[in-house]
Amino acid sequence: MQFKFDESAPLYQQLAAQLEEMIFTGAFEEDTQVPSTTQLSQQLHINPATVLKGMNMLVDAGLLEKRRGIGMFVRPGARQKIMEQRKDNFYNDYVKKLLVEAAKLGITTEHLIELIERGEHDGTIKH
Amino acid sequence: MEQLSIKHVTKRFGRRTVLDDISFTLAPAKIYGLLGSNGAGKSTLLNIITNRIFPTSGTVELGNENINNNDDALGKIFLMSEANLYPKRTSVRRMFDLANGAYGHFNYQTAERQLKLFGLDESAHLNDLSTGEQTIAKVILALNVAVDYVLLDEPVLGLDASHRELFYQELLKSYQAQPRTFVLSTHLIEEVQQLVEHVIIIGQHKVIADSDVQEMLDRAHSVSGPARLVDQYTAGLRVLKVEDIGKLRTAYVYDDLDDDRILPDQVQLGHYDLQHLFIYLTNGGENNHD
Repeated sequence: MQFKFDESAPLYQQLAAQLEEMIFTGAFEEDTQVPSTTQLSQQLHINPATVLKGMNMLVDAGLLEKRRGIGMFVRPGARQKIMEQRKDNFYNDYVKKLLVEAAKLGITTEHLIELIERGEHDGTIKH
Repeated sequence: MEQLSIKHVTKRFGRRTVLDDISFTLAPAKIYGLLGSNGAGKSTLLNIITNRIFPTSGTVELGNENINNNDDALGKIFLMSEANLYPKRTSVRRMFDLANGAYGHFNYQTAERQLKLFGLDESAHLNDLSTGEQTIAKVILALNVAVDYVLLDEPVLGLDASHRELFYQELLKSYQAQPRTFVLSTHLIEEVQQLVEHVIIIGQHKVIADSDVQEMLDRAHSVSGPARLVDQYTAGLRVLKVEDIGKLRTAYVYDDLDDDRILPDQVQLGHYDLQHLFIYLTNGGENNHD
């Protein structure tokens, strides 16, 4: 498990984002236990209050659930939920940025479509 | 557990003012960072909090009680300091026993595990130990004394990187096993930035910041771009430092940004870390653009 932090956002948000990514990629499978606040805090040298805040973000988002007396688990359906969320954000997070950058570079929409098609065929995407 | 309040503490040595009207409160079960440049008066302050020296004026109170000559209150506060207060042939074990006698309920079990972890022998005499090993012995002592407030003055002095890692880990373990207040007075800000929940910064002998770490970082913005645009965007905000590289200017703001201002395309926003915030705050070079 590899965590990386920088100054880009509050620590608890970065922690939550990285845990989310691990759920999304399947590093943490649904219905299985994730490391406890205590473990994460000690391993990453992060104040327990910060870790808890990050974990709670995922609980509130419906990705993790606390099972009394056992610990924190990935909720069934969490991966699907992240997928939907990311699809909703795809337009804002990627398409808009792509268009802005393309406009700066004077790349036409037609050329852009060509580039996308090229990317599909040159092995960028592994099927 | 009661809170520990430092109220208007001033300390002068002769004509030199070391602490100037210091006030802040330590809450139970929280990890604090006490930061200040060399000679800022951190050690003096910690010594006053534990009644080893007296303030020129002001008080330290645990709950509502003045700690001055108050054995009951002082029994709840422990200071691990650089100074070696033990007689010459004191062994590590003897040091533990003394603390057990003074504060009671010393956690021998954990202390022994930690000695093994750090590779220290409990029969070793303090004087025969290296600086780093003495620090280890004192840190282990501090982590296992049964008190509500543990003050650590330079807890990683002379420790190598791997032992510092171990210390931070053991500190968190200890804190989680028994939540109580820790105050870390240290120069290694980068290493404790994630560890501490709240920071108190002493500069020019006064408290210049007393805030939740995340709240502080949330207000630490770097604004960079063409000088004119950066100045426009940061006008009226608290700018701690301005750096120019050619025509590119970076302003280090410590303030909430005004969301109503339009951010020009050429201007980029970012954040900077506690270490830099500390440097900019304590260097006092404050530029206010108006």
